[in-house]
Amino acid sequence: MKILVCIARTPDTTTKVAFKDDRKTLAGDNIQYIINPLDEFALTRALEIKEAAGGQVTVIHAGPADSEPVIRKALAIGADEAVRIDTPADDSYDVAAQIANYARQENFDMILAGRETIDFNGSQVGGMIAEMLSIPFISGVSRLEVNGQEAMMDREIEGGKEIVSVKLPFTASVQEGIAVPRIPNMRGIMSARTKPLKVVAPAGAEKLTGTERFELPPARSACRMVDASRPEELAELLNKEAKVI
Amino acid sequence: MSVLVYVEAWDGPYPKSALEAVYYAGKTAALLNTEAVAVSVGNAPDDAAASLGEYGAAKVLQAGGERLRSFDSRAYTKIAAAAAEKSGATLIIFPNNYTCKAVAPRLSARLKAGLITGVISLPEMNGGKLSVKRTAYSGKAFACCTVNTPQAVLALQPNAITPEKQDKKAVVEKLEMQFEEKDFSVTVKETKKASGKVPLTEASVIVSGGRGMKGPENWKMLEEMASALGAALACSKPVADMGWRPHEEHVGQTGITVRPNLYIAVGISGAIQHLAGVNGSKCMVVINKDPEAPFFKAADYGIVGDAFEVVPKLTEAFRKMR
Repeated sequence: MKILVCIARTPDTTTKVAFKDDRKTLAGDNIQYIINPLDEFALTRALEIKEAAGGQVTVIHAGPADSEPVIRKALAIGADEAVRIDTPADDSYDVAAQIANYARQENFDMILAGRETIDFNGSQVGGMIAEMLSIPFISGVSRLEVNGQEAMMDREIEGGKEIVSVKLPFTASVQEGIAVPRIPNMRGIMSARTKPLKVVAPAGAEKLTGTERFELPPARSACRMVDASRPEELAELLNKEAKVI
Repeated sequence: MSVLVYVEAWDGPYPKSALEAVYYAGKTAALLNTEAVAVSVGNAPDDAAASLGEYGAAKVLQAGGERLRSFDSRAYTKIAAAAAEKSGATLIIFPNNYTCKAVAPRLSARLKAGLITGVISLPEMNGGKLSVKRTAYSGKAFACCTVNTPQAVLALQPNAITPEKQDKKAVVEKLEMQFEEKDFSVTVKETKKASGKVPLTEASVIVSGGRGMKGPENWKMLEEMASALGAALACSKPVADMGWRPHEEHVGQTGITVRPNLYIAVGISGAIQHLAGVNGSKCMVVINKDPEAPFFKAADYGIVGDAFEVVPKLTEAFRKMR
């Protein structure tokens, strides 16, 4: 079983969102970066499947050299090898094309990614990879079992869930519920240093979109407190003042 | 040249997000001096499809058939691509729902058309280049993005635009599709739909519970409040992780991002990761017995008190208002 897990690098979940004067870079001197939490769910499930069925888990990341600590963390958690495509990840089509390009040479049984990143919230790369490789794509997957050449999944649909089956190979974007992330142990951390991390040059960058700048939402006014003994006052305010009910 | 909008309706009316997307497409078409064409997947009767004209669609291409009940991203992408070609669409709009997450990226790659998801405002054309605002950092910021390609695909956030109706009907046509076996490679074994429930991402009002609820057995009072308001139920991450509530209700940075008109948080302290998922709410109400709960800093209205006393009384007040 050969599994490819796509991982993105994101600022850690407690990072304050504010921007420098260029309105593009996050402000703050010591931003901690992590594996995108939803990609970590994908990696964890991949490792569980590999441990049960045998095989190999490769993680792939599109990003510059300063992403390497985050890639090493994926190796510490248990991935067997890593590939870094040396290109900034600023367009989903480009990232997908680079990953698809690599995957085409390797014959993976499944390609997994988190549903979205917590900073860009694109929900784009997984589906694009599937189209580029002409394989099925299932999104919103919260459960994944593999049996030989067939996979069974729970996927989220409007107002509910579906249990679906598909033959390998396929691409899936996963979400919470699929696995509980693991904390790397000492052995994992030590072995991460020597596991292969291959750096690959990007092939023909084509960026279909760009981000000009970021803006912060307008500040909210202070909270209006209502006395606990008069909740009907709150109902009144929501109706007459806020006009939301 | 036209603006294509993708909508879907099976066994019922078009959902709110579909009407918002049609309205958005209509408004954008007007900006570009062209018309909006809808591609409707499902089994909406012709007169329901024609009513999309009230929201701005000049024409509706209907793609149906029982085979399509089984959602496969390849078959659906083929439909969207065929409709785009038939209508000469330079811009394709999707409501940002689960179908979109599987289809829009495929379509974007297939047409090599730049994709922008999480869109929250109408686009602008600057020297032939499309630029639009979208939500980013799990709702904590907005990003102004541009598309470099002549064709673009946009996925509109639910509740980002309020549709207005006009007295117009759309022309309805059938979209003939030829499928291959490989277009249907995902087999649906079972569908579990919570009927009558408002999907969280489209809800106008949400009632949400956290650890302060003390246990899953106490959720009935939140269900009653939600019922009184016609609201959807949500929860915080710890509550989903502990199994008190299903993961599908978890709103937050690694869960679902919501943008309702009203978000009522009961017994939730308001950690950054939770706020990320709910920041886009028009109005936030916090009920918590801890006056130091960080959520009060982000809220519009708050009550410091015992949820078990306040919530039932508030529900009663909501009921009286109906």
